[in-house]
Amino acid sequence: MFQQPLLDANEPASSTLQLPVAMSTGADAIDWLYYFIYWFSVVFTVGITAATLYFVWKYRRRKGVSAAPTQENTALELSWTVPPVLLIVWMFHVSYSAYIRNAVAADNALEIRVRGARWNWSYQYPDGTPESGDALYLPVNKPVKMVMSSSDVLHDYFVPAFRLKKDVVPGMYSQLAFTPNRLGEAQVFCAEYCGAGAGPTAGGHFSMLSKIKIVTEAEYEAHLKKIKDIPAELKDKENGTALWGEQLYKGKGCTTCHSVDGSAATGPTFKGVWGRTETLTTGEQVKVDENYVRESILRPQAKIVKTFENGNMPPFVFTEKQVDAIIAYLKTTK
Amino acid sequence: MATVATPGLGGKTEAHDPHESYLAEKGLKSWLFTLDHKRIGIMYLIGVLAAFLLGGILALLVRLELFTAGRTIMTAEQYNKVFSMHGIVMVFLFIIPAVPGALGNIFLPIQLGTKDVAFPRLNLTSFYVWLLGAVFGLYTMIHGGVDTGWTFYTPYSSKFTNTSVIPMLTAAFILGFSSILTGVNFIATVHTMRAPGMSWKRLPLFIWALYATSIIQVLATPVLAITLFLLIFERAFGLGIFDPSMGGDPVLFQHFFWFYSHPAVYIMIVPGMGVISEIICTFSRRAPFGYFFIAMSSLGLALLGFLVWGHHMFVAGMSEYSTMVFSALTFLVGIPSGVKVFNWVTTLYKGSISLKSPMLYALGFIFLFTIGGLTGLFLAMLAVDVHLHDTYFVVAHFHYVMVGGTVIAFVGGLHYWWPKFTGKMYNEGMARVAFALVFIGFNVTFLSQFVLGSRGMPRRYYDYLPEFQSLHQVSTIGSWILGLGFLVMLVMFVQSLQQGKDAPRNPWGSAALEWQTPTPIPFHNFVDQPVITRGPYDYHLATEAELDEGYAPGERPADADD
Ligand code: HEC
Ligand code: HEM
Ligand SMILES: [Cu+2]
Ligand SMILES: [Cu+2]
Repeated sequence: MFQQPLLDANEPASSTLQLPVAMSTGADAIDWLYYFIYWFSVVFTVGITAATLYFVWKYRRRKGVSAAPTQENTALELSWTVPPVLLIVWMFHVSYSAYIRNAVAADNALEIRVRGARWNWSYQYPDGTPESGDALYLPVNKPVKMVMSSSDVLHDYFVPAFRLKKDVVPGMYSQLAFTPNRLGEAQVFCAEYCGAGAGPTAGGHFSMLSKIKIVTEAEYEAHLKKIKDIPAELKDKENGTALWGEQLYKGKGCTTCHSVDGSAATGPTFKGVWGRTETLTTGEQVKVDENYVRESILRPQAKIVKTFENGNMPPFVFTEKQVDAIIAYLKTTK
Repeated sequence: MATVATPGLGGKTEAHDPHESYLAEKGLKSWLFTLDHKRIGIMYLIGVLAAFLLGGILALLVRLELFTAGRTIMTAEQYNKVFSMHGIVMVFLFIIPAVPGALGNIFLPIQLGTKDVAFPRLNLTSFYVWLLGAVFGLYTMIHGGVDTGWTFYTPYSSKFTNTSVIPMLTAAFILGFSSILTGVNFIATVHTMRAPGMSWKRLPLFIWALYATSIIQVLATPVLAITLFLLIFERAFGLGIFDPSMGGDPVLFQHFFWFYSHPAVYIMIVPGMGVISEIICTFSRRAPFGYFFIAMSSLGLALLGFLVWGHHMFVAGMSEYSTMVFSALTFLVGIPSGVKVFNWVTTLYKGSISLKSPMLYALGFIFLFTIGGLTGLFLAMLAVDVHLHDTYFVVAHFHYVMVGGTVIAFVGGLHYWWPKFTGKMYNEGMARVAFALVFIGFNVTFLSQFVLGSRGMPRRYYDYLPEFQSLHQVSTIGSWILGLGFLVMLVMFVQSLQQGKDAPRNPWGSAALEWQTPTPIPFHNFVDQPVITRGPYDYHLATEAELDEGYAPGERPADADD
């Protein structure tokens, strides 16, 4: 009764008053359970309230009428203890089954790497191609397994449309398994509190959002091909690479820690960064050049700039071309 | 007239007229150095009410910020501090000590028919330890507060935040000791100080509840102390137990934390359930249905409460087997809770019910706690919890049990026992208006949050997507109604102290022991040592004189109970 067959993915996903749109095969079973316990609760609450109000009215205090002494009634006590026990055994069983079905990924699942870092998500497709935090593309009706980790504090990858969430923990991999079954966009939240940065644009737990775009297999392949390279509209421009770098700077969340106008933030400003001489925590002096920037992005903890020890820049996954674009961009932020 | 000698502080001997009210002696010193459990209870009451006021103002600020998406009145950093301080103040400074420290301290010895608690000096110590903790808490707030949430999850609290975490952990650490001292004292008192004839089977249900709570306080709070201590070391010296980069495990902290904090939710609710049992019996003039079941379900909750901490961590990355066991055990907690609700409602059957303000709170409690408990079942269902965890649904759930349950019970108890310990009556009409505002305001504030949560709104968010705005606004408007209700109540109580009519001995016509002693309570609680010959709810055995309200001739108000 619970396992949902492959539906027509084009049929628009529906939501109810209490639950958002359902876009994965596991969601319907959970919705059924939710509404089951909901109606159970409504009946129970109405029953208790009605009984209370009725008694309060029927046995209201009246002159000359006193309360009847209380009699013990063990049979009654047992009658409202034992059936609920049976009910919860059943509820436990169905909810655990629905849970465990969602916990195991299919063998042929598409494996997506997810990284959480304050306050962005980033992704990597099975072939290693990185995706910006704004949106992950997934083909419809294909089982997916997410392998998730955090580079700083606890986060939690929460997709209401799939009725799923899982903590993303530093020093450990956690997993999510699902099969999207509707075309469209699913909202992603961070659901484990992770603080906030200073200043109005810095972002925080509340802005650690993302989207999953569920598309057809063909669109998915096309998208993968496209993101490996410089966006088409920039390709023929003269300073296209630097412009792509600027897009990456904005799209990958560098803005939360690096300014380009010289204002102070969690990390050093990019204004005039190219060729600048930085003093490291080790006392060593280095000049900002191609290799230094490359290392700063891919392995930020290798060299740490003095007075920025506590900034904790997370490592980023960039393709070679993307690193090149960032370098080209940093040469222009004078 | 006979005088009874009691040892005071420093070996001094004070003399007391047995009829003299415990409030008779004046002067600040007579309060600060008192060993009288009633006066200590009053000091606790003032303390926890101040904490409630502070926590309440912070709550209104949180709701105000959420009135519109984006910035309303504060920045994200300020918001994180305000909601964290709200939670910490409400949990550690207010709700844990509220019922035991204030109402329990005043009435536990009286309900047992004895002069004081077993260790009066320890009792005063526990209050001052609480005060010290409160001072640390206030210091932290002035020093900028913390932004970790009341849960202090690592590694955010240990390595990332730059707020005053260490002083705040110290505050919570100290407050834990206060809680342990009260617990030890109550256990010893219940075991050794019962009046002649006060058998275990005649113990009032409030005492059973405090007794069960004390056991949890003594067993669970040391775990909190160790956890906070480890976290202080982790943060100050880089100990590394919770730090993955040093081979530690951040999730371990959550196990430690919830090993205390789940039992702690029973430290919060069980005393409230005890209050409700007392009120319902008095205002329906009837012994509780299933006395034994209600008493044992308190103990049952206390014990089961130790086995279910993992339900806060269903999505934290535990193994599937652990989640299975914790889910099953969590369902079991629902049973004793349900049993209590059924028993309260059945107690009303064939009673003689009066709807005075304390009873309104008791009936309100039944409704709100039922919703709180049932939504706990949503969360116990693994598959459903995965969706609802860390959303506003959980926020609504625990406010229904902690505010709809404990706070309503505490306030109900305050209305119920107020005439006895202050010696003053209050304006019943105003009390009812306040109840109506609190009840309506509470439901408007938190029912909307269930829907927010199930539709996917995560908790601890400074900003939100536009689709959530209307429900957030409903909730914020509810918080204003709720705040207004508490304001009316405050005015009503202050008025009662200033110009309330003198309270008679037994305004509700109750058969329970604490109503048999004069009002205001004599220094030694009773004029003569009472000998107990019947249970506190044996209305059919109580004499006319015992049930008599004790109004002076001609003083009986028109709306007094018959
Ligand atoms: C969480 C905040 C944070 C984020 C997000 C962040 N950085 Fe950094 N970054 C830092 C800090 C702190 C430093 C200085 C410490 C160090 O060298 O690791 C730094 C240093 C750098 C440096 C060296 C600059 C210098 O003057 O030495 C480069 C280049 C850099 N980051 C690039 C990036 C890029 C590109 C991104 C986005 C893809 C990014 N950072 C995102 C915090 C951040
Ligand atoms: C009927 C019995 C109850 C059941 C079955 C139950 C179940 C649960 C579950 C499963 C959770 C975890 C939800 C999540 O985080 O995903 C939870 C959270 C919570 N419950 Fe209950 N609960 C019950 C009664 C209570 C009571 C009596 C209190 C307090 C007086 C309480 C206070 C809380 C609090 C404070 C949280 C959330 C803590 C946090 O994350 O900050 N619950 N409850
Ligand atoms: Cu996050
Ligand atoms: Cu719990």
